[in-house]
Amino acid sequence: MSYSFYPGCSAHSTGLEYGLSTLATFQHLGLELEELAKWNCCGASSAHALGHHILSLALPARNLAIAQEAGRDLVTACAACFSRLKKADHTLRNDPETREEVESVVGFKFTGEVTVRPVLAVLYEDCGLEKITAHMQRPLTGLKVVTYYGCLLVRPPEVTQFDDPDDPQVMTELLRAVGAEVKPWSYATDCCGAGLSLSRSDIVYSLVDRLTERAQEAGADAMATACPLCQLNLEMRQSSKSKMPVFFFTELLGLAFGLPEVKNWWTKHLIDPRPLLRSVGLVK
Amino acid sequence: MINNLVSEANRLSGQEIDLCYHCHKCAAGCPVVEAMEYGPDRLLRMVALDQRDAVLRSRDIWLCAGCYTCSTRCPNDIDISAVMDALRKLAVTGGYPAGERDALLFHKLFLGVVQRLGRSHEAVMLGLFKILSRVPIYRDIDSGVALIRRGKVPILPKKSGAASDVQQIFRRSK
Repeated sequence: MSYSFYPGCSAHSTGLEYGLSTLATFQHLGLELEELAKWNCCGASSAHALGHHILSLALPARNLAIAQEAGRDLVTACAACFSRLKKADHTLRNDPETREEVESVVGFKFTGEVTVRPVLAVLYEDCGLEKITAHMQRPLTGLKVVTYYGCLLVRPPEVTQFDDPDDPQVMTELLRAVGAEVKPWSYATDCCGAGLSLSRSDIVYSLVDRLTERAQEAGADAMATACPLCQLNLEMRQSSKSKMPVFFFTELLGLAFGLPEVKNWWTKHLIDPRPLLRSVGLVK
Repeated sequence: MINNLVSEANRLSGQEIDLCYHCHKCAAGCPVVEAMEYGPDRLLRMVALDQRDAVLRSRDIWLCAGCYTCSTRCPNDIDISAVMDALRKLAVTGGYPAGERDALLFHKLFLGVVQRLGRSHEAVMLGLFKILSRVPIYRDIDSGVALIRRGKVPILPKKSGAASDVQQIFRRSK
């Protein structure tokens, strides 16, 4: 199966290991990702936060137009990009007046043939748990994690149409399929503070500390996430001395598949996850 | 056309703020409510009561992290995040000083970089933010250096091939 891939800006910068581990796991599973040609930034939260309604839809819509030409489903790793691409797609499908305006700004005709999907959904629905377990070389036995989705993969549910907005299960099932010990907790979709990290880091420190404390209470030694901004905040805004490692879920799949590239991902982290992985015998 | 705050916010956001019956679910679920002056439910009431100055000057509209928890939980299906987008727009166009100056600066710098390059570029954006914000310049220096050393903040932007299209989208979206 092949897909158009929208890496988003962070896959080339602060979320480097997310982009790399997504490409590596997909390739290993025989799922082809072709990077969307000349893609542009989706506008992230800033375009809509300042009330630039049409701009906030037209920026992602240009990428939908390119994906439409390519004729394949559009897959993205970043939760914020997914949210904006899916919001544009949802609006173009359901609001004819706005569709006309966005079409004229971007210069294309929306057909609705392309579906926007997060990496999690493709692995869960198209690949499936059985195949993922079949590719496992080294079960992640003893690795205790909580899965953390953050906001934008699951909210607002009428737009995202993915998993359960209060109690999502897809990432948990994927990681259990490769032997990780995923602990139940109630904070999987709480907010990390997102873009407030720069202007009000005090707020983000308190939100992140609460999340890591709750993760510890749940019995986890690490967190697994599917959002590059969450991952950066979670690594950068822990105030306690003992730091909890934060993985992208694709890195853990790659580790379980026995991919040799994994060693290049651990060194990208602000919190080195290798001591934890060594303690459970998953790296030397 | 009536030009009180609630009708303007309704028009811009596509919502009906008057449907709010103050169950406080939005405030209960809001991750940043403790840092706010009023919280989302009181803010909606103040919009309904046309308290334009207090609403548009408040830090609350800038502290909203856009997490959609309120919008998802509202029993009357008010997309409160969309209302917050509309209120920020009204604050900026009305010339109100932002209640959280650096939050506005962040959004402006982000969009400015995207408009020029077609994509975001952390090094440029963070550099400008450091210079122009009131956040102490030494804060986060160690994390910044760590990110650069790990190759995660490229100093020079790569060509996106999208810049001219994106500039046109910015012009046409005005």
